Amino acid sequence: MTGLGVRFLLGRLLQTVLVVLGAMALLFALTVIVPGDPAAALLGPQASPQYAKQFVAEMGLDQPIPVRFVRFFGHVLTGDLGTDVVSGRKVSAAISAVLPYTVTLTAAAIGLAVLLGVPLGCWAATRPGSWVDNILAGISVALIAIPSFVVAILLLLVFSVWLDWLPVLGTGRGDGVGEAARRLVLPAVALAVGWIGFIARLVRTAMLEVLAEPYIRTARAYGLPSLDIVFKYALRNAAIPPLAILGLGIGRLLGGAVLVEIVFGRPGLGRLVLDAINVRNYPVLQGAVLVVVLLFVAANLLVDILYSAIDPRIRRG
Amino acid sequence: MARILQTPAGALGTALVALVAIAALFAPWIAPYDPDQLAVLDRFAGLSPAHWLGTDQLGRDLLSRLLHGATVAMAVSASAIAIALVAGTLLGVAAAALGGWGERAILVLFDIVAAFPSLVLALAVVAVFGPGNGHLVGIVAITLVPQFGRVARAQVLTLQSLPFLEAERILGASPWRILRYHLLPNIAGPLIVLASMEVPSVITIEAGLSFIGLGVRPPLASWGTLIYDGYSYLSDSTLPVLVSSLALALATLGFTLFGEALRDAADPRAR
Repeated sequence: MTGLGVRFLLGRLLQTVLVVLGAMALLFALTVIVPGDPAAALLGPQASPQYAKQFVAEMGLDQPIPVRFVRFFGHVLTGDLGTDVVSGRKVSAAISAVLPYTVTLTAAAIGLAVLLGVPLGCWAATRPGSWVDNILAGISVALIAIPSFVVAILLLLVFSVWLDWLPVLGTGRGDGVGEAARRLVLPAVALAVGWIGFIARLVRTAMLEVLAEPYIRTARAYGLPSLDIVFKYALRNAAIPPLAILGLGIGRLLGGAVLVEIVFGRPGLGRLVLDAINVRNYPVLQGAVLVVVLLFVAANLLVDILYSAIDPRIRRG
Repeated sequence: MARILQTPAGALGTALVALVAIAALFAPWIAPYDPDQLAVLDRFAGLSPAHWLGTDQLGRDLLSRLLHGATVAMAVSASAIAIALVAGTLLGVAAAALGGWGERAILVLFDIVAAFPSLVLALAVVAVFGPGNGHLVGIVAITLVPQFGRVARAQVLTLQSLPFLEAERILGASPWRILRYHLLPNIAGPLIVLASMEVPSVITIEAGLSFIGLGVRPPLASWGTLIYDGYSYLSDSTLPVLVSSLALALATLGFTLFGEALRDAADPRAR
């Protein structure tokens, strides 16, 4: 890799570190400004004063704010997200127990969306203005516009309640891979539909521009098969603009995953966060939100690296 | 406006937006029933001339509740977007005007807020301050500020290098005069387009939070609350969850189509 490429990546990395530190500071600030006595809020009115005092000391809540801040940073850097105040478990253990479900769900949704969205976008781009293009445009915008938790509820209604084709709730853990996959179908589709439309539209726009390039005309003049031109030559260039925008869309996808998990009663970060909010379990909430932010930031960094690997021009920017 | 109506998508979007707006403004007069009036004997009624869209688990008229839900959705969207528009524009213009470290600091602040998926940031803030109608508007506004701020800054930077502003400066116009008469009118267009495109995401966040019980407080009922009520009683009747989900879907679809038509009309090249 050239010096320019290294500089670009180092710059991006520095920015990412800064953003993560800022996000941690913001999360910490939220727990400092929490109204009322945190021990009273966590333990409830029945806790004895002695126990409350001991609890405050254990959690380090009696320390000055700067000390708590530095401590929070130090702990997070060593992978220690604190202790679950309800169960007494490590927060990191609680999160890693459910994280695979959320990651599987979002990865399945992204995979599905790419598998369907890219060919649909290419198809529409080869026939601009035709009825295929118009119908796909209409479907795409509808898929993008409808919130994924609403899609989740409608899918649940149609396929589980009315048609009774697919199981409704849970993950099917312990019933084998087949059952787990069957229960992943509806949540993954619910989360993916918006992205299918999103990707199809981005690919269509980018593909239309690339197909107008002289090198595509040359390829056509050589008599190459149309499919080869679109998928082998044009797609490589047409994939770049959509890739840049996809990174930003991952935030919406993660937010959608939280609600879709709740609709389908799947364990995951969504359920964990909601339960933590309901019992004011701040350490778990803080840890889970931090993990979501890290996932989002890491995905964006990955997109940028991929992007600069595909298109060397960006590294100079 | 005429250009928005020219495409079928734009016309459909405008019609749906008009429908939601009428429902939001005139719900108390249009709604056939009081949205909170209980009629337990009439619970889970189907479609009928008395209850066009049926009733919910407490016998409340669904059509009336949906119409009043439009008021909630519109009030939250309008106030959150207005706050974010003002705050984002101020910060964005300030960033462009300051330059150097001030600009960098504001941009990093935007990046930090944008590093939280909107719904997740909203959840974190709700967890601390507790659910509440005022909180909800504030939270949603915060998640939107970076987008308005970035667009405002980019617009100002583009304008600053144009000859007419240089001429104004040479003629001795004060920075305030330049801001008031030249910058703000010129950056207003893209910001208004952005504001209209954000309406569906605000409706989605509000409904999502209300769906998990962390949005608007009772007795106010948003579409998210209605969907949750219907979802909880799915085994008794599928009608309430179906009609409230469809209402939310049609509203977000309408505002998306309208926002895109507005964008295309404002800048035909953006298509």
